[in-house]
Amino acid sequence: MIGTSWGGLNALSRVVAGLPATFALPIVVVQHRSPDAAGFLAELLQAHTGLCVVEVDDKRPIVAGYVYVAPANYHLLIERGFFSLSTDAPVRYSRPSIDVTFVSAADEYGRRTVGVVLTGANEDGSLGLKRIADRGGYAIVQDPATAEGAAMPRAALRAVPKAHVVPLDRIASQLISIAPPRPPAEYRVRAPLT
Amino acid sequence: MTVSATEPTATGRRREDHGVVPGSRPSTNESATAPLSYDPELERLEIELLLEGIYRHYGFDFRSYAYASIRRRLWRRIEAEGLKTVSSLQDRLLHEPAMMERVLLDLSINVTAMFRDPTFYLAFRQKVVPLLRTYPFIRIWHAGCSTGEEVYSMAILLEEEGLYERARIYATDINEVVVHRARAGIFPLERMQEYTENYIRAGGTRSFSEYYIAKYDGALFSPALQRNVVFSQHNLVTDRSFAEFNVILCRNVLIYFARDLQTRVHGLFHESLVHLGILCLGSKETLRLSTFESSYEELSSAEKIYRKVR
Ligand SMILES: C[S@@+](CC[C@H](N)C(=O)[O-])C[C@H]1O[C@@H](n2cnc3c(N)ncnc32)[C@H](O)[C@@H]1O
Repeated sequence: MIGTSWGGLNALSRVVAGLPATFALPIVVVQHRSPDAAGFLAELLQAHTGLCVVEVDDKRPIVAGYVYVAPANYHLLIERGFFSLSTDAPVRYSRPSIDVTFVSAADEYGRRTVGVVLTGANEDGSLGLKRIADRGGYAIVQDPATAEGAAMPRAALRAVPKAHVVPLDRIASQLISIAPPRPPAEYRVRAPLT
Repeated sequence: MTVSATEPTATGRRREDHGVVPGSRPSTNESATAPLSYDPELERLEIELLLEGIYRHYGFDFRSYAYASIRRRLWRRIEAEGLKTVSSLQDRLLHEPAMMERVLLDLSINVTAMFRDPTFYLAFRQKVVPLLRTYPFIRIWHAGCSTGEEVYSMAILLEEEGLYERARIYATDINEVVVHRARAGIFPLERMQEYTENYIRAGGTRSFSEYYIAKYDGALFSPALQRNVVFSQHNLVTDRSFAEFNVILCRNVLIYFARDLQTRVHGLFHESLVHLGILCLGSKETLRLSTFESSYEELSSAEKIYRKVR
């Protein structure tokens, strides 16, 4: 789970560029952007990675080998093995809300969840990251000194003081070091779509 | 039994539904989630029991709705009522119809907008309208129309394309409160600027302000737009098809359903469409994941407009 806002495109590109196409965990990206932004974020990220980047359609299965991007103007919820979307009211002015996605991931996947809060100019993500940490998941916060917007990582650190503080250029290698060496059997099948 | 909420409740909710107004304070109970001490498996069991109770006692079937979203909505209500467990909410709503009314409003997420996703309406004008011109009479079904913004948008579009006279629009929703509001045709004045921008981007050919008059803080839409519209209550889960349609629009409703229920409702749509009838889904809903994929061809893959071919 990666959440970001202001400065996020640059930071996200750096992170996904550092991951191998065989990376064993599915990656979910929640980035704030304007309600009518079309699917450009997925296209832009695709240029930086061998993983498949897709914008999430409702009920899409969650599979390793993919970077899933939350669509603009919907909340992205994590269910057992698939996604649901919702048009609930924005939370803290945001839809998608990082908190909403992180909390639902923590509640469904518990210890198996990794939360990463990157650059951003608001405080979204901190409640969600706390939930992930409280449920025994792994919390990473981009070192605010390396963030274009330090407010979001700072807020996340206030909420989760024990989170791992990692400079932007080392986040990918940190993720590789905690991921299983190869996809667990349940993830190994590629999604039949796209 | 039919549950319908009183106007004040509905009005209070609308504000929240329309998102946080800039400058306003975000609502306080945002966590909308179980306390940490709550066992997730027990939570799931309690939620299943509660939904079973609602179904057996009141007839509303939310048992096959998407779990993550139902859970969020229920916890909001549990927190707002100062309760601690899902079971305590179940106790209250089974014994107090007024509580059931509130929960019903919670569970039907009514967020909507006029010309929501302007590019959809643009694609509809370009790809669907030419097909509709070949019919002498057009039946349209808006399933899950909420407070009706989408219906008035379609009426305006058809009017401008010269097709409204031969159209009949059936607009339905599970929730009587929103159907009632849809019939009234009054929308918040403060949203007219946004809607005007949407209207223009959706390919509107006139001046949007021609269609409404300002009344207090509401915009009252021209009753003429309603002359060929029938609003009524209809539940996609439990009610049958009621006509044959040339166009069915069901946008941002199926996202609240689990896969099995989506498939069932797609069956209902399939049997309710004429041959070569048009199905329009929300911009993030897809037929690709359903068993009905091969029954349709895509008219616009980006805007999720499909045509029934078998
Ligand atoms: C998010 S709104 C969508 C409104 C509009 N179609 C749009 O896209 O802007 C979802 C609507 O689906 C309705 N709904 C939920 N369950 C339903 C059911 N079983 N049958 C009919 N309508 C339902 C809700 O009451 C709500 O008004």
